[in-house]
Amino acid sequence: MTREIVRCDRLGVELGGVRVLRDLSFSVVEGDFMAIVGPNGGGKTTLLRVLLGLQKASEGRVEVFGEAPGSHPEKIGYVPQRLFFDRDFPLGVREAVLMGRMALKTPFQHYSKTDRAAAEEALQLVGLGALGNRRIGALSGGELQRVLIARALAGKPELLLLDEPTASVDPEMKTSLYDLLDELKKSITILLVTHDTGTVSRFVGRVLCLNCGMVMRENPEGTPGGEVARQIYPYPVDLLVHHPSERPESNVKP
Amino acid sequence: MNGNIFAFEFFRNAVLASLLASIACGIVGSYVVVKKIGFISGGIAHTAFGGIGLGYYLGINPLFGVIPFSLGAAIAIGLLGRKAKVAEDTAIAAFWAVGMAVGVILIGLTPGYAPNLFSYLFGNILTVPTGDLWMIAMLDLVIAGVTWMFGKEFLAISFDEEYAEVSGVKTTLFYLLLLCLIALTVVILVRIVGIVLVIALLTIPAAIARVFSRSLGGMMLLATLFSAFFSLAGLWISYELDVASGATIIILAGAAFLMVHAGRLIISSRQAR
Repeated sequence: MTREIVRCDRLGVELGGVRVLRDLSFSVVEGDFMAIVGPNGGGKTTLLRVLLGLQKASEGRVEVFGEAPGSHPEKIGYVPQRLFFDRDFPLGVREAVLMGRMALKTPFQHYSKTDRAAAEEALQLVGLGALGNRRIGALSGGELQRVLIARALAGKPELLLLDEPTASVDPEMKTSLYDLLDELKKSITILLVTHDTGTVSRFVGRVLCLNCGMVMRENPEGTPGGEVARQIYPYPVDLLVHHPSERPESNVKP
Repeated sequence: MNGNIFAFEFFRNAVLASLLASIACGIVGSYVVVKKIGFISGGIAHTAFGGIGLGYYLGINPLFGVIPFSLGAAIAIGLLGRKAKVAEDTAIAAFWAVGMAVGVILIGLTPGYAPNLFSYLFGNILTVPTGDLWMIAMLDLVIAGVTWMFGKEFLAISFDEEYAEVSGVKTTLFYLLLLCLIALTVVILVRIVGIVLVIALLTIPAAIARVFSRSLGGMMLLATLFSAFFSLAGLWISYELDVASGATIIILAGAAFLMVHAGRLIISSRQAR
């Protein structure tokens, strides 16, 4: 039987009196590669924050790996949308990636050789093996994005949560990132928040569309078709390319 | 300078105090700079004036009064900001002023003259007794030990607190612990530069070190060396010119800070051309 990784049951979140998510029910099983799309303010990032345990649900039930969110940080890799940090921060790329091993350590433990090897491997995986010694403030936007992905992978997670990882990268980098995710999806369950509905449809198995905090629908073909896109986005949308990929059995409740 | 100056215990103590204080300054100052919590440090230091007042009032070593006041301020400012959602600068301002007010009242209630009050406000490195040196050394050990044990957590909350939280780090707990280390450093620095000037020695050497450092550990080491240099050079200049030692140390550090950043500005503008 396929293992359930994430389960949301009538999830609702209120932030400062505003209902960001309402009555959201879906589940993600092992091996899923699900895109979360929808307009800005639709609750995509909030949903990720709930799954990470950074934001409490106002109503409903959420389980990640069968427990409350935040119970298993060692099983989750997280790539934030962007990182606000001081460009003068005295930190090397390798040390930044090493932080991805943090969840596997207790407070008194120092990083071991195994941790350093895993960080190095993650750096190689994103094509930054040569930049390990560089100061993190000296990286370009695209390189920094890859460091964030390497950091998320360094802990060898079972679930990868990415929040618009392609927002600040060039088209070439975008393609190589999707190729990487395409490779990773064989071994990791992936939830990807994105606006890049056109490209992503070639890679993902399922799409969760959030609009005004409600699930609009899951496209049965696994791609956000033009009709769906027109429902979710407040502006005209044309989707010209469709490459429906194989998808696992759906269990999303529309 | 008189070659026999080291024959005097007060001078030997001053040199040792400078070197010992620089260790705490380099380690904790680096966190203060990268986490941008200079003003919390100022708030903790000024609140500690209440502790000095308490020391005078009870007739004990004022540094023993500083410890509970600075630790209390660190925890209270941290908790108000994190748990009660009070704007941190508001909490700092309140504690800063109330601590000073408590100190003034307690000193006023103390019968007779308050000796050395000025030296607690602006420091007087030449009056550090041997007993205080032991206390400074002990606090150095505590600060270095805690940093060694929790270095990766402190680095994580300084660089990317949200990611640290996602990784299961108890971020508020480690933030409070970091503020407590600042409080202990304040206790040490009160003797060297005084409550009013603590904030400068906690930020300037580390801020200069950051320009030349590639890692946080390297920054701590360099900040320790800069801090020791400013303290010893300031001590020597103040002795030669017969001016206040704490203020001389700070002016020296401030001048170096301006020079380094002016130099950096000139270099980057030349490169841009």
